[in-house]
Amino acid sequence: MTKKLYIENYCSIKNNKVSLNGNLIFEEGSEDIKSFLKSVYQYLDPKYSKFFKMDALSKLAFLSAEILLKEEAKKNIAIILSNNASSLDTDRKYQDSINDKENYFPSPAVFVYTLPNIGIGEISIRHQLKSENGFFVFDNYNANFHYNYEKILIQNNKSEAVLAGWVNIDEDSYEAFLYLVSQNGTIEHTEKNLKQLYNN
Amino acid sequence: MREAFITHHNVISSLGFSSEENFEHLRNEESGIQKFQRDNGDEYYSSQVDKELINNAFSKIGDRTLYTTLEKMMLLSIHSILKESNLKISQKTGLIIATTKGNVDVLSPKSSFYKNKNRAYLPELGKQIQQFFNFKNEAIVLSNACVSGVLAVAVAQRLVKDGMYDDVIIVGGDLVSEFILSGFTSFQAISDQPCQPFSKNRKGITLGEAVASAIVSSEKSKDAVQVIGTGSCNDANHISGPSRTGEGLFLSVQSALNEAGVKSEDIDYISAHGTATNYNDEMESMAFGRLNMLHAPINSLKGYYGHTLGASGLLETIMGIESLKNNTLIASKGFDELGVSQPINVIEKTETRELQVFLKTASGFGGCNTAVIFRKIAD
Repeated sequence: MTKKLYIENYCSIKNNKVSLNGNLIFEEGSEDIKSFLKSVYQYLDPKYSKFFKMDALSKLAFLSAEILLKEEAKKNIAIILSNNASSLDTDRKYQDSINDKENYFPSPAVFVYTLPNIGIGEISIRHQLKSENGFFVFDNYNANFHYNYEKILIQNNKSEAVLAGWVNIDEDSYEAFLYLVSQNGTIEHTEKNLKQLYNN
Repeated sequence: MREAFITHHNVISSLGFSSEENFEHLRNEESGIQKFQRDNGDEYYSSQVDKELINNAFSKIGDRTLYTTLEKMMLLSIHSILKESNLKISQKTGLIIATTKGNVDVLSPKSSFYKNKNRAYLPELGKQIQQFFNFKNEAIVLSNACVSGVLAVAVAQRLVKDGMYDDVIIVGGDLVSEFILSGFTSFQAISDQPCQPFSKNRKGITLGEAVASAIVSSEKSKDAVQVIGTGSCNDANHISGPSRTGEGLFLSVQSALNEAGVKSEDIDYISAHGTATNYNDEMESMAFGRLNMLHAPINSLKGYYGHTLGASGLLETIMGIESLKNNTLIASKGFDELGVSQPINVIEKTETRELQVFLKTASGFGGCNTAVIFRKIAD
């Protein structure tokens, strides 16, 4: 039987602002991404020191998930994330470390973050989600694909809920829009609603 | 209920430019791994595709100066399956590109595309492929570490069964670049000999490069196999090491078995990930033990191709399909003495045997795992 699906909660982190379900919950004028993400971490206070080892993309994904999953009891939550720049922000840093033969210092701790799905791994570890996951790359947030794939996962009992959305870091710009799809909530899970919430 | 089938496929690797040619080499237990030299003079083993062969083949379908090596391989591979299948691209045709690192080699100042800053972006790779064949829909680029290739099969099966698309072209590919080589070397994960999956004497991975492509369709054709079950679960344990108990892999296979409606004893053959690192191979043996699959003949094709990253899951799926079609189990190259704690049934000698159902698995960084089950269908 077809389940009725909703966007249970959604959040965004962009332009020095953090909002949950359309309401501003945190704002700070920081000079760069790193210090802004640190201030969001301090505001959420998850007491999770692994955070400081992560690259910016994983930090952004981790913090968005923290906002949405803080009081979440469901465990079979799939994670489906997408972005435009994959892990290029860290790829460039890693490439710089191997360009110069005189100054050659490839680091395994940096190399591991040259994969966009590592942030999904970080969220999975933090919330103990042994569930479906996938990282996709598009020009812009692709509501059509997201809507269809999220629906498929829940309707085919691959997961009970889906944590999904867009998390992008590229040089000085950052943007996260994450949401939880489940059978609870009031905003219907449709392509149109996803597009609208993303554009807000 | 709609079903999904793999109807056509192609592999471009050190062992040839078609699936048949590749399988013929496997049947003869011929590996594509050779000795190469890095920029700093260090020697390493790898399986790589002759770039001159790629350029010569590509000249027949396009301008070789306009595309990166990876793009040329992907275009050639897709060109081959489109020609063979006569598929007409419509609004209901999807495109999935699976890659771990895409055109990352263009970040190097040595690349002829270095000044073209856009080329390193994966959506740009998607556009090059989409525009070449005039696909109507934006490419879905899937970048999920080393499971990307087999996860692409799972995603395509789901989108086809659901009806979003009637056909999905999937292509998986990665190159051996200084970026990848230096990274895995920094992890001390690279073997100084051709890799030996599941062996007591294994010393780590061998890197390889390849491109593989396939059509996943709602309509079956001659020689098609059905994609009957899929699962992709995270270990939730560590970002760069597998779970000791194989939890994510165990859950992925269970999910695929449930969907397929088959039991562990129905699996005739397992095409494992088998990277030949200590932790990976041990983890896989634990998962297959927990799944009661120790009976099933198992191999890793990494001894023939090395680890081809985002291509590997699809490449090994296609060789598994050839195994079903030819009723032939391929010896797990490099294996000598069992070096994992569970008594898995590693294929030591290539043999013919009636095969119906096979399981393909993969695992990767970020704790990801994927399992897909395939069944031969009657003509």
